[in-house]
Amino acid sequence: MSIRIGTNSFEQRIQEGIKNDFMRGAVSSAQGRFRSGRLKAAEELGNWEDWRTLGEEIRNHTMENLDYYLQQLSDQVSKRGGNVFFAETAEEANEYIQNVIKNKNGKKVVKSKSMVTEEIGLNKALEEAGSEVVETDLGEWILQLDEDPPSHIVTPALHKNKEQIRETFAAKKGYDKTDKPEELALFAREQLRKDFLSADIGITGCNFAVAESGAVTLVTNEGNARLVTSLPDTQISVMGMERLVPTWEDLEVLVSLLTRSAVGQKLTSYVTSLTGTRLEDEVDGPEEFHLVIVDNGRSKILGTEFQSALHCIRCAACINACPVYRHVGGHSYGSIYPGPIGAVLTPLLDGYEDHKELPYASTLCAACTEACPVKIPLHEHLIRHRQIIVEKENKAPKGEKLAMKGFAKWGSSPAAYKMSTKMARTALKPWTKDEKIENGPGPMKGWTNVRDFPAPSKQSFRSWYKTRKKGDES
Amino acid sequence: MKVSLFITCLCDIMSSDVGKDTVEILEKVGCEVDFPELQTCCGQPAYNSGYLKESKESMKQMMRAFKDSEYVVGPSGSCVAMLHEYPHIFKGDPEWEEAANDLAGKSYELTQFLVDVLGVTDVGSKFKGTVTYHPSCHMTRLLGVKDAPMTLLENVKGLEFVELPVKEDCCGFGGTFAVKNPVISEQMVQEKTEHVTETGAEYLVGGDMGCLMNIGGRMTRNGQPVKVLHIANILNQ
Ligand code: SF4
Repeated sequence: MSIRIGTNSFEQRIQEGIKNDFMRGAVSSAQGRFRSGRLKAAEELGNWEDWRTLGEEIRNHTMENLDYYLQQLSDQVSKRGGNVFFAETAEEANEYIQNVIKNKNGKKVVKSKSMVTEEIGLNKALEEAGSEVVETDLGEWILQLDEDPPSHIVTPALHKNKEQIRETFAAKKGYDKTDKPEELALFAREQLRKDFLSADIGITGCNFAVAESGAVTLVTNEGNARLVTSLPDTQISVMGMERLVPTWEDLEVLVSLLTRSAVGQKLTSYVTSLTGTRLEDEVDGPEEFHLVIVDNGRSKILGTEFQSALHCIRCAACINACPVYRHVGGHSYGSIYPGPIGAVLTPLLDGYEDHKELPYASTLCAACTEACPVKIPLHEHLIRHRQIIVEKENKAPKGEKLAMKGFAKWGSSPAAYKMSTKMARTALKPWTKDEKIENGPGPMKGWTNVRDFPAPSKQSFRSWYKTRKKGDES
Repeated sequence: MKVSLFITCLCDIMSSDVGKDTVEILEKVGCEVDFPELQTCCGQPAYNSGYLKESKESMKQMMRAFKDSEYVVGPSGSCVAMLHEYPHIFKGDPEWEEAANDLAGKSYELTQFLVDVLGVTDVGSKFKGTVTYHPSCHMTRLLGVKDAPMTLLENVKGLEFVELPVKEDCCGFGGTFAVKNPVISEQMVQEKTEHVTETGAEYLVGGDMGCLMNIGGRMTRNGQPVKVLHIANILNQ
């Protein structure tokens, strides 16, 4: 799997999403829970807006000095016995990890949840190279058994219900109990425990790496990342090159923003910071540690008007606030990064060709921008994408382009504009019945297929204003 | 106080009554209202669709039209929020930057102007009926106007107010979105109409004609009897 998921067109994906009643019910209630949790957790802090501003400042400062902090991070990791690899592309990252496993004669890999490894298609690459890969985050494990891509960046199996999960467990693992969440979870735990114990390689993502100490920080609720990072002798952490903070203090701010925004918790059950290998005087830690820092298109975003998209801390608050996501679900975006941040990030990382509809899959209601804990102006980025699609990529529909040319003429000519205010009612008369249009002509169909269009007013404002003025004067 | 009406193209073409009511309310609270005839559209339909060049043509016309105005007041949060974007759009443009700053600095949405500039919280209107209110996204999130409409509605005599569930959710209008993505828009507006019905209100009120046309159009299509009014319609009763 890589960024792109499926081969269906945008329209097909949307239709499928909208028809999937179960998914919509699940997404809508999850959104409700996440949203109220987030608002409550934010309110508890009292000065949420100050926290957001601080978060934005830290992210901005880090991106402005990314070279410096990446170097510092790399030096610190090396100092603590770890190896650092900068991968420019997904292929380079995958190849490096394949080689680490090969050199260790590794067979079984256990993984904790990581979006960047989804992005680079790591599981597939490792399996092709002969490794057995087991996802140990419950949601990811379910999806792995089902060969289904994630539909959300924090709760990847949001689109599945317990009955579907029971079926998957039964078909793939011989599960024979009920669909009670406790029983399902217990079964998963028993199954995964065997994998933890027999794995030789542990792979994690990275919520934040701390540059001043070289620590990789993982934020989870299930504790699986702790097993991934304590049982196997060899550990590999994979991070997007923007996922770092300068200091421990900065980490505290961003973890606070992350857990509150993602799940409405002050803190998740586990926040783990890992620093390199076991040194001589230490009692624990891996024998070997590798930090793989993935570029995969990110450095091309640096220095552009989209730079703040790299500030993202993957909390999914924007996704949970998005009414479009609620109705179409994550898979409709055709990207492992769905929702508003997905619509911004996906074309940047994977080009416009396959994702040109995404920036338009938004009403620009700005609920995402309002929810984002690090103040990324998501809806403004969507408008920027649209400008590029129209002006640089030349991918806008012809009819629309003509209409917009007409708009420019109309909007800059008061005479033409005034004429249209006079003529609108007459022009629409053939389609008007009972002061409304139920079946409009041409491009109006998009509107009237789903709702009525009112007839323009009988008396135009301008004529009212004129007669009134005359009346005043007399 | 001298105020220029920015009627917005939607009200100009579709709902002249909103323009009339806006003029009358402003006069009632002591403003001298003029209507600069050279005004057109704020440019939003083109701007939000990615047609920057085309949108600027319309924006320039707006700056010409209102250059001598002291205050510019319009019955739409969304269109006024667009005017407030002009300074970003024309930043560094030697010919237009100043005019953009000028227009943005003197433009207000109707309820914002009444409450925040004039300090008027009661325009002396009376209205009988149960009313719910949809706070449009651009008015609240882009322009930051949340309380002014509520303050004014609270002081309308006889009006019974009921809160709209999940009121902050977008109605699915989104300008060209409604036509470009009707399938998604339909789901969004349907959900909104269901929330309106839940309130049991007789009237749905809002401050943005686009959203009201969208929700209203879906409600008549569904055969829902709720009537749709612009907040100016209520304040001028
Ligand atoms: S864009 Fe903002 S709200 Fe969305 S996932 Fe990233 S940090 Fe969270």
